[in-house]
Amino acid sequence: MSIWEYANPVKFIRVTDRILPWIAGGAALCLAVGLVWGFFFTPDDYRQGATVKIFYLHVPAAMMAINAWVMMLVASLIWIVRRHHVSALAARAAAPVGAMFTLIALITGAFWGQPMWGTWWEWDPRLTSFLILFLFYLGYMALWQAIENDDTAADLTSILCLVGSVFALLSRYAVLFWNQGLHQGASLSLDAEENVADVYWYPALVCIAGFVLLFVALVFLRTQTEIRARRTRALLAREGRG
Amino acid sequence: MTALLWRDLRLALRAGGGFGLGLAFFLIVTVLVPFGVGPETALLTRIGPGVLWIGALLACLLSLDRIFALDWEDGSLDLLATAPLPMEGIVSIKALAHWLTTGLPLVLAAPVLGVLLNLPPAGYLWVVVSLALGTPALSVIGTFGAALTVGLKRGGLLLSLLVLPLYVPTLIFGAEVARRGAEGLALQSPLLMLAGISFGVIALLPFASAAVLRINLR
Repeated sequence: MSIWEYANPVKFIRVTDRILPWIAGGAALCLAVGLVWGFFFTPDDYRQGATVKIFYLHVPAAMMAINAWVMMLVASLIWIVRRHHVSALAARAAAPVGAMFTLIALITGAFWGQPMWGTWWEWDPRLTSFLILFLFYLGYMALWQAIENDDTAADLTSILCLVGSVFALLSRYAVLFWNQGLHQGASLSLDAEENVADVYWYPALVCIAGFVLLFVALVFLRTQTEIRARRTRALLAREGRG
Repeated sequence: MTALLWRDLRLALRAGGGFGLGLAFFLIVTVLVPFGVGPETALLTRIGPGVLWIGALLACLLSLDRIFALDWEDGSLDLLATAPLPMEGIVSIKALAHWLTTGLPLVLAAPVLGVLLNLPPAGYLWVVVSLALGTPALSVIGTFGAALTVGLKRGGLLLSLLVLPLYVPTLIFGAEVARRGAEGLALQSPLLMLAGISFGVIALLPFASAAVLRINLR
């Protein structure tokens, strides 16, 4: 029994079919509980007022935007090393989800920045690196779409993902050097002295769990769709030849 | 390897190679900027180094798809791949040829265009130094992008989408060196970072480009 068994598409579909409703249900439950709790049952911040509640969408989306890229990186590595098709398809499936999370983080950030900083956009290191991350997602998806041969596309995009990760990190530190920011520092770290207060922290935790489950559910669903689409194409091609 | 370098240089220099195109583009971008932002010399002095960097970057981008496209079309890329030359070497030579025909002229033209942008006297040296250090990185990164998109029909637009985000760190540090040089500030740290990026990219990225090109030639 090893994890590589799930590289078999049939097995992958069978297992994910069984657990997908649970994950999707868990995501819906966590998001509903977390967001309702966060929006209606936490006090307004004494300085930020009700805008502080954007936090429950902004922070989990931003976390998942980065984690989705890391997941794509791992999946790409698995594809390059072990050539499991499910892995390449999972990386492909994760890209639009990650791009959406990045966009959510950017847009909610703009809504938050407008009342708090008095501006929709600021060339702050964090904001800028998220915009660059979004561009990386766009390039990655565009490359997937442009290449017809599936294996070539998987190979090229996984190498782009590796190289892109290095450059994304470089850009992250380059923009830090380029402009000092307006954005606050980390406030959810487990080891930091000063974090957000517990009243905000617990619903945020539920929201983060909801976003993680949502991401997993979407990736499973999209990977299944990819596998089935590919199978359909193969069947059609066989019909056409026979 | 030298034979390949000479061949690429000759092809680029002769008719249809588009040798002067990058330079002309650089000139036009630089001329258009004052039309866009107004002719105030103080403003131009302030944004001059950045404009030169952006112009050089775009001019570099313009000629990237030519690195492999012609060789791909007439099949000489397949021949090169079977030649007793490592793919990494071919890719590096291609990048070097691209830099010699695009990057180097841009570096040399930058001071002349600096006059148009009313660059302060202290700025010329550092604009040239930063471009001389940065444009090789642009060529090498661009070669990676060109290798990625070599067989594609609508490759040009995709190439810019892929390459421009990769240019961000180089542009940030390069423009920072040029700006600080023009304003007479301390510029050691961005200069070292720029050099680091440039040499790191030259050392490592050809391996990725070669891998990508092998996949595309499969």
